[in-house]
This record gives sequence, C-alpha cells and structure tokens, in this order.
Amino acid sequence: MWSSWSHARRLTVLTVVGTIVLLPIVIFVLGPNMPPGKNTNVGDQQVFDNTVLLVVMTPFTVFILAYLLYAVFTFRADPAEPERDGAPIRGHMPSQVAWLTTTTIAVLFLAIFGSAELLTSGAGGGQGPKPIAKPSGSVLPVQVIAQQWEFTYRYPTYGGVETAQLEIPVDTEIAFHVTSLDAIHSFWAYELGVKADANPGVDNIAYVKSKQTRDFQIRCAELCGLWHGYMYDTGKVVTHDEFTTWIAQQKQLYAGSLKYLPPYSTSYAPDPTFRAG
Amino acid sequence: MSLRRLIGFNLLSAAVLGVAGYYLGWWLGHQINGPSIAYFGDTGQNDIALFLAYLVGVIGFLVGLGFANYPVQRMLGKPPSLREKEQAGWTRYFGLCTDHKVVGIQYLIGIGAFIFIGGLNAMLIRYELLTPNQHAWNANNYLTIVSLHGTMMMGMMTSGILGPFANYFVPIMIGARRMAFPRIEALTFWLLMAAGFILMTSLAFGGIPTGWTGYEPLANQANMGMDAYIAFFALVGLSMCLLGLNMLVTVITMRAPGMSWGRLPIFVWGVISTAVLMALAAPVLISTLLMVTLDRTAQTSFFNDQVGGSPYLYENLFWFFGHPEVYILALPGMGILLEILPVFARKPLWGYRLAVTGMLGIALLSFLVWQHHLFVSGINADVRPFYMLSTELISLPTGFIFICALGTLWRGRIRLEVPMLFALAWIFNFLIGGLSGVFLSDVPSDVTTHGSFFSMAHFHYTIMGGLLFAFFGGIYFWVPKMTGFKFNERLAKIHFWVMFIAFNSTFGPLLVIGFLGMPRRVVTYAGYLQGANVWVSVSAFVLGASMLVFVYNLVYSMVFARVPAGANPWGSKSIEFQLPSPVPVHNFDRIPTFGPDPYPYGEGVAVTRPVVAPARPER
Repeated sequence: MWSSWSHARRLTVLTVVGTIVLLPIVIFVLGPNMPPGKNTNVGDQQVFDNTVLLVVMTPFTVFILAYLLYAVFTFRADPAEPERDGAPIRGHMPSQVAWLTTTTIAVLFLAIFGSAELLTSGAGGGQGPKPIAKPSGSVLPVQVIAQQWEFTYRYPTYGGVETAQLEIPVDTEIAFHVTSLDAIHSFWAYELGVKADANPGVDNIAYVKSKQTRDFQIRCAELCGLWHGYMYDTGKVVTHDEFTTWIAQQKQLYAGSLKYLPPYSTSYAPDPTFRAG
Repeated sequence: MSLRRLIGFNLLSAAVLGVAGYYLGWWLGHQINGPSIAYFGDTGQNDIALFLAYLVGVIGFLVGLGFANYPVQRMLGKPPSLREKEQAGWTRYFGLCTDHKVVGIQYLIGIGAFIFIGGLNAMLIRYELLTPNQHAWNANNYLTIVSLHGTMMMGMMTSGILGPFANYFVPIMIGARRMAFPRIEALTFWLLMAAGFILMTSLAFGGIPTGWTGYEPLANQANMGMDAYIAFFALVGLSMCLLGLNMLVTVITMRAPGMSWGRLPIFVWGVISTAVLMALAAPVLISTLLMVTLDRTAQTSFFNDQVGGSPYLYENLFWFFGHPEVYILALPGMGILLEILPVFARKPLWGYRLAVTGMLGIALLSFLVWQHHLFVSGINADVRPFYMLSTELISLPTGFIFICALGTLWRGRIRLEVPMLFALAWIFNFLIGGLSGVFLSDVPSDVTTHGSFFSMAHFHYTIMGGLLFAFFGGIYFWVPKMTGFKFNERLAKIHFWVMFIAFNSTFGPLLVIGFLGMPRRVVTYAGYLQGANVWVSVSAFVLGASMLVFVYNLVYSMVFARVPAGANPWGSKSIEFQLPSPVPVHNFDRIPTFGPDPYPYGEGVAVTRPVVAPARPER
C-alpha cells in the first residue's frame, strides 16, 4: 500500500505528462481547425478564442480523467479479499484551497479574456441597435430582413434596393442590420462567423470584414415555425468590381418593385403581423 | 376489490370527472363572446374554450381522485374520511394516497412512463435525421415531435429525482414519518400526471411549433396545440413549486433529534438547493404563461412589439425561469452522485461542507446568468461581459462537486457495483457537459455555437449524462430498498455499458456536428453532414434499445424473479438501509436519534449509526 504522497506524485506526473503531450496537439492540430474558420476578422478571433478555451481546459480535463482512471484501477477493492473500508479522510484543506485557487484563476482569466475579445470587434455577434464594439472607418450597411421563411437583403447606400441574394464585397467592413417582420429568426452566416437574432421591431447590428472571396452558408438558427428547416441560403463574398457590377444589376432588376417598398428603415411593420385584428 | 373501492374516489372516477370537466369547460368557453373574440369564428379556433376545458378537466380529475373530500368535510364540520391514509393493498398505488413511500413509487412509475414517451420522440427525431432532406415526417409533425420531446423531458424530469427519491427517502433520512404536507405531496404527483396527459393532447389540436422554449411571437401565431403546452407547463410549474415548498418545510421543521444541518445526508442538501430553485423559479414560469394565455385569448399584447409589448420580455422571463430550471435538473443528480460514492468507495464523503457550499452556490448563481441565452439576441449588448462572468463563475461551485467526488474516491476501496458505475459515468459525462458549456458561456465562441447542435449536445451531456445517469444510479441503488427485490446484476451491467457507450457515441459526434454548422430543430441539413448524422442516429437507436434492456430487467426482477434484496444490499450506513425492505408504513416505531457522523465509513471509524427502531412491517 502506497502512501498518499506517492499516489499524489504519480497523479501529478500523469497530469503534467498528459498535458504536455496534448497541448501541442490542441494548439497546432485542433486549434486551427476550430470553427468557424479563418475567413473573416471575426472568424479569426473566434478560432483564436476557441483555441484559448481548449488550452485552458486541457490541464483540467487531463487531471480529472487521469484521476478517474487512476482511482478506478488503483483504489479498486480486490473482490477476493474480505470487505474492508478505505481511509477515513474527510477533506484536505491544502488541496481544497489549491483547487479553488486554480479554478478561480482560470475562470477569471476566461471572463476577462472573453470580454476583451468581445469589446474589440463584437466577435460577429448581434449587438442590438447601439453597438458597443464598432469598427473604425467606413462601413457598408446591409440590412437582413428575416421573415417566415426567407431572408431578403437591403442595401440602403444603393438606393435601398432589396435583393433575394446576399453578396458582400471583400475587405470591406460590413454592418449587418438584422431585423424581422414576424417571429424571431436568427441570421447565421457560418463561414463568416456572424450570428444575430432577427427580432421584430429591433435593429440588431453585427460587424464583419471578410478576408477572401468565397461562398458561405446562411441558416436560420432560431426556431421560427413550420419551414424553419428550409430557411437557408448561400451568400457570396466577391471582389469590389464584381460587387459594383452586381449591385448595379440588382438595382436595375428590382427598379420596378422598389417604388412599392416602404422607405428604408431600421424596422418594418407589415400589416397585419399579429393575429387578432 | 370491494364495490366501495370501485365506485369511490379512485382513478376511474377521476377519469370520468376529468372528461366531464373537459367538456363542461369546452361548453363554457363557447359561451364567452365579444368583439375581440369574434376572430375565432373565422378559423374554428377557440383558445378560451380549450383553456377552460383543460382547467375544469383538471379540477374534475382532482375531485374525482378525492382531493376535495378533506377540505369539504372539514368545512361542513364532519370528521374527514381517512381513505387517503389506507395502508395496505395494491389499489392505493392507483389513487390519492398520502404515504410518502407510495407517492415515491407512483412518481417513479408515472415519470418513467412519460420519460419513455419522450425518449420515443427522440427516436422519431433521429429517424428523420437519417437523411439530409425531409423523408419521414412532414415539417409540422417534425416540429411537434421535437417540441414534445423537449417539453416532456424538461417538464417531467424536473421532478425526475425529487419526485421518486426525495419523496421516498428525505423523510426517512431526516427521521420523520411523513412529509410536512402529505396531501400536497400527493397533489404534486397527480398534477404532473394530468399535465403529461394534457401535453399529449396537443397532437389533437395541430401540435406545437415552438420547441420547449415557446418563444413569442411564434407561440402567439401557433394553433391550439400551443394551449396544451401552456397548460402543461403551468401545471408542471405549480407541481414544482408545491413540491419545492413541501421539501423545504419538511427538512426545516421535521428533522429528528440529533439531525442538525451539518449532519444531513448530502442527498438532502441536493434536494434543499433544488427545492429553493423550484419554489422561486416556478412562479415566474406560471406568471409568464399566464401572460401568454392572455395574449392568446384576451388579445392583450405583452409580447407583441407592434402595440407596445416585446418578445424580449418573454425571452427574459422564460430564461429567468429556464436557467434555474436546468439546475433543478442537475442538482439532485449531484446529490445522488455524492450519496452513492461514499457507499461504494467505503469512505466518508470528502469535503462535506465544500459540497454543500457548491450546491447552494450553484443554486444562487443560477438566478444571475439567464441572459447568456440571449447573447446574440441584440438585447443589452453592453452587459454581456457580466453574464459571461456570472456564467463562468458557476464552474467554481460545480468544481466543488467534482473535487468532492474525486476526493471521496481517494484511497477508497472502490467496488464497481452498478450504482457506482452510473456515478462514475456521471463524472465523465458531466465533465464533457461542463467543458462544452465553457464554449457557450464565452460570447465570441457562443456566436458560432449558439442555437447549433453543439448547444443541444452540451445540454444533453449535462441533463441526460448528468440527470438521467444519476436517475438510473438512484434506481439501481434505491429501488431494491423500495420494493425489497434485487435487480438482475448481469442485465443491469449490460444496460449500463450499452447506455454509456451509446450515449457518448450519440452526443459526442453531435458536438462536432454543431461545430460544423448544423442548427438545432431543423428537418433538413447540409449533405456533407449525412455520414455523421447517420452514425448519431444509429447510436441513438442503440441508446434507445438499452432502455428496453432496463425495462425488461425492471419487470423481470421486480415482478417475476423477485430475489429478496435484504435490508442492506450495499453495506450502506445510511439510515434508510437500517430499515427493512420495503420500508414499513410508519418508517419508525420511535423517532430515531442521530449521531454526529452522517458518513461513518472508513477503517477504524467508530460506527455511530442512528438509533433506529423500525416499525413493524405491514402484513
């Protein structure tokens, strides 16, 4: 029978070795492959954020799993022996204090780190009508209008044209103004790392700047009724020239319907939106 | 069975009066008329009639069970009938009975049946998700199945451990003969059964399109099936609130001599912290649902942004209840975990005070985190750092539970009996659940994971991996005590291993699928995710099959094999195992006195067992 100290030493070695082995895998293999991918500035940030979370979790995970396995194999009673009780240990103040200190430090670090990340760019999340994390410089506003069960997109700086497809120029700071005409939806552009709920009567703003041209999936991420599962779309990040051409085409295409649209506004009140009239 | 039994107040009369009440309410509802309700005439919907039908039906059901007898007879000045106190015979399980042990077993069977239905819904969901396109259920049926699964589980499992195990064992553990309010105790059970039945009637009224969250304004658009959801959750809330208050009063006022707060078994502390949450959170749910009801019937506009309301109000109110709710599900599991570990590690509970602090800390913090469900909703973007901090702070008290569990294993003499296997699996599952929760609590990471399969897999790891594994651990640990018969160990071990492996093989990949961008509650998904989804579905079917092994074992061991378990099958030193199995009606001949040590395990520890004089077993 070993003493407590030798058990503790072996566990420490297991935890440290396990952590040292796993950390490079986490940082260099798992980390770069974390969602949502490094396609945009906020995507970069989220990948980095996810990697940091994994790194912080690794030692705790290794410790608890190593402990669990170690305990089950080492402290297991031999069924052949007569039943005996274990050591009557009711607590151990130093380990309790050590655990409390370690977890507190980890938690406070994560909270401060996450807040700092959040406040630099908003991390692609919807920030409501008065964003606190705004990019400096000029932004291209794109309104995302969700309704049961599709998204349409309005470009207020291009005469308020409303399109059925989403195209955004590369290397440009985009401000998505997400709103809804009926139920709550959520605008989720996975590869961009953007998610913002679409609430009726609310202008929910999320910023993103794409680094490269590519297609991206758009899905509704909040249950919005019957055809929620079919509320998806593909958007495009294109070059500036392509975007200019495309938006000119769209203006021409939708010129007829534009005059029937309500003037651009942060939210719309289609009639009737509620049930009892 | 005597004739008096047949025509008296029992399940039969309850069903008759319940149906009669339903139609009475339906008729009454149609008598209410007015300009703002005239709208119903166009669509064939009459929510007022359906709400009244549910309300009067439930009242009729309860009157039929005999809940009105006592108050009415006391009001008339007559001696009350004591039928509800009848002490023998199997028929007492099918009606109003105020014996806490009967109520416990009623809960176990009743809730078990509804969990089984909820689990079947999960199988139907996974069947649909075998292909990327809709193939089995149409969009409306799929949403209804998803909603029924979520609502049934979240509603019924709130009492999943407190119902059966706390009702049965808390009075025994604190040395009492009954709960503080035995009639209310019975009422909580029958309310829950009525609620579960009402939820299923939503199928007859067009289903539920909202999932278990019931977000506005979608809930306001929905057809009458939504009323079943509202009535269900309101009744569950009422049952929860009463159950919580009953538990609190029982533990506060009915502890036997010597049973000071520091000597309560840790399971009782888990129950207390849960009961606090139930008593404080459920009223919020009930009042929120009242507002939803008024929006749907009297055309108020609490949640209608066009005329001064706000859907945010619903989201805030719902999650102010909803987050404590998930800890209502998790905390009793922690109680069972820490109750099982000392018995099979043969050691005292490590860090008793730390564990109590952890449970109460979780209970307190759970009221301060609700807006993390609204991180991307656009409300109060500037307070997100606070909710990020408060959410991550919850991992501190949760960490206490972990360190206490691990400390209890330290240098123990671990016996891997079936309840112990479930307890160890709890630690593993809840670890994954907790770690995945860190991603959701961190706003930048939550932007991608929010509303995806990742968050779904996360809460299944905590609720199914935590609560349900603890529930089964509790079943294998305590049901031999409750019935007097052993489980077949071989079948139990098969059940455990299949369940554990299939559970992880189901929800582990779902975490990845969520990371890859699949949202929750969708009937279609991207084609490249099909392989993973098929894997998950097959694992889920195996997981479902493991439940059949359990049901077979339960019926086989308890009804057919009937191997006596003896008073103390696990060598536990807790008081309930010093009583005969099953526990006699009055628990104790004399109220026991308790020594200073709730966990007198360990080599060289003087066993200060409680002084117990069991009551005579019933004939």
